[in-house]
Amino acid sequence: MKHAANRTPSVLPPAKTLTTSARIESVAPLAEARLEFDAVTVTYDGAPALTEISFQIPHGARVAVIGPNGAGKSTLFKTLVGLLPLRRGRILIHGLPLGSHLDCVAYVPQREDVDWRFPVTVEDVVMMGRFGHLGWLKRPSVEDRAVVRRCLEQMGIGKLAKRSIGDLSGGQQQRVFLARALAQEPHILIMDEPFTGVDISTQDATLGLLDDLRHQQVTVMISTHDLHLAKERFDQVALLNHRLIAYGPPGQALTPENLSEAFGGRLLVLPNNQIVIDDCCHESE
Amino acid sequence: MIDWFLAPLAYAFMQRGLLASLMVGVLCAVVGCYVVLRSMAFMGDALAHAILPGVAIAYLLNGNLLIGALAAAVIVALAIGFFSRRGALKEDTAIGILFAAALALGVALISSIKTYAVDLTHILFGNLLGVSASDLWLTGILGVIVLATIALLYQQFLVMSFDPVLAATLRLPTELLRNLMLVLLALTVVVSLQTVGVGLVAAMLVTPGATAYLLTRRLPAMMAAAAVVGAVSSLGGLYVSYYANIASGAAIVLTASLIFLSVFLFAPQRGEVWKLFRR
Repeated sequence: MKHAANRTPSVLPPAKTLTTSARIESVAPLAEARLEFDAVTVTYDGAPALTEISFQIPHGARVAVIGPNGAGKSTLFKTLVGLLPLRRGRILIHGLPLGSHLDCVAYVPQREDVDWRFPVTVEDVVMMGRFGHLGWLKRPSVEDRAVVRRCLEQMGIGKLAKRSIGDLSGGQQQRVFLARALAQEPHILIMDEPFTGVDISTQDATLGLLDDLRHQQVTVMISTHDLHLAKERFDQVALLNHRLIAYGPPGQALTPENLSEAFGGRLLVLPNNQIVIDDCCHESE
Repeated sequence: MIDWFLAPLAYAFMQRGLLASLMVGVLCAVVGCYVVLRSMAFMGDALAHAILPGVAIAYLLNGNLLIGALAAAVIVALAIGFFSRRGALKEDTAIGILFAAALALGVALISSIKTYAVDLTHILFGNLLGVSASDLWLTGILGVIVLATIALLYQQFLVMSFDPVLAATLRLPTELLRNLMLVLLALTVVVSLQTVGVGLVAAMLVTPGATAYLLTRRLPAMMAAAAVVGAVSSLGGLYVSYYANIASGAAIVLTASLIFLSVFLFAPQRGEVWKLFRR
């Protein structure tokens, strides 16, 4: 348990304590940067999936990751949670390399990546978010149960606690995983396509959660196809197609030139000058 | 009626057989829940066949057959983990290669031993009535170790089985846990050899777990239900074997299969017959 000593406390520490050490300042060009990608290169099945990705996300920012299917959005996320090894470069969270933190990254999976027939209840799934805070052999405490309860209520699924996850609707299923991410009390929350194939009320609940998280200064990274949503609701946009094409506020990053570079022929410019991504014929779903 | 139940127990070898089959039934059923949920049925079957060279070598060296089997199973389990780690090969491909290679090695070794025929049948199909007191102890001790590990690491195994991505974000040592699961499976398979043999151990792993899966909605309940199905199958199978005079391993597996079929057809909510009438 060599990580136990520098385990991140479950309550967010003030930003000052994170940037005082000389070592962190030497590697963090932005004083308040919490999440840095530095020349990140990842290969997947031998082929390069991400090449020389470098950008910094200030703490509490809300970032939309946009790019065509197969552009490496999921690869970026999987690398960030430690599922895929870095080929070159580094990722720093609070100025420290990956693996120095135990449980400050929460991940909401794509719905098709979950086995909905697994025999667990809604409560069981959300409790899994607490396992990082428990020791290896400890059972959930009264406090853990209270956190789970609170997260369920916050996502409006308190009444579904004892139900099997397989019996829920798509929107309810997504809320279960949002509640689990909340129960992890993360500093960074990653969501892969949370707005694809969910109803409006779940989309609103997700966006509402993002607003709550902003108050807690949780950094949020979301992959999405929805350019409109990215423009309206996000602070930063990372335009990705194996390499980083643009990164910045939506107004600066989402220019027609950048978009056409990222999407090539899949971009449609509508008569009213609105740009949409023609991805319907390329989706593997 | 009571005589019908008690009559077989007059023999000490039946008492030992009964105890062994009960322990193995419960152990296989509980481990089998993870086998079912993680789609490791092929792995269980492969491990069972892969122990053959270990048994043959132990026989040639005049060693303990169970220990030979155990060593072979653990080596093959870890080798499968090694070949499929980080996606170098798909796991079922790795299993297919190692399982066949180990089986071939076992057959090659055994074909060089002239007096082996009888024991080979026991390994392939079990020899429940030949369980010795020391076998019983070994089964009991290994069984307790496996079940205790599953209970202690319940949270870790649950997360790893349900959501490997979460396991990674929680920085669980997923490779280690995966290998540990394979070793537990290997121990279970070896312990089961005495009762149902190499050929049928996969059924004892999968059938009770699959039956419980149809009846329950939470993992602890699934494990408990599977343990009951495993125990009832072992007990029922042994009596069938005694009175109908058929091989005990086969009787146990057939009993378990019959229970599965009834549940599949008649289970409330999820049974086929239930669905038919609900329409």
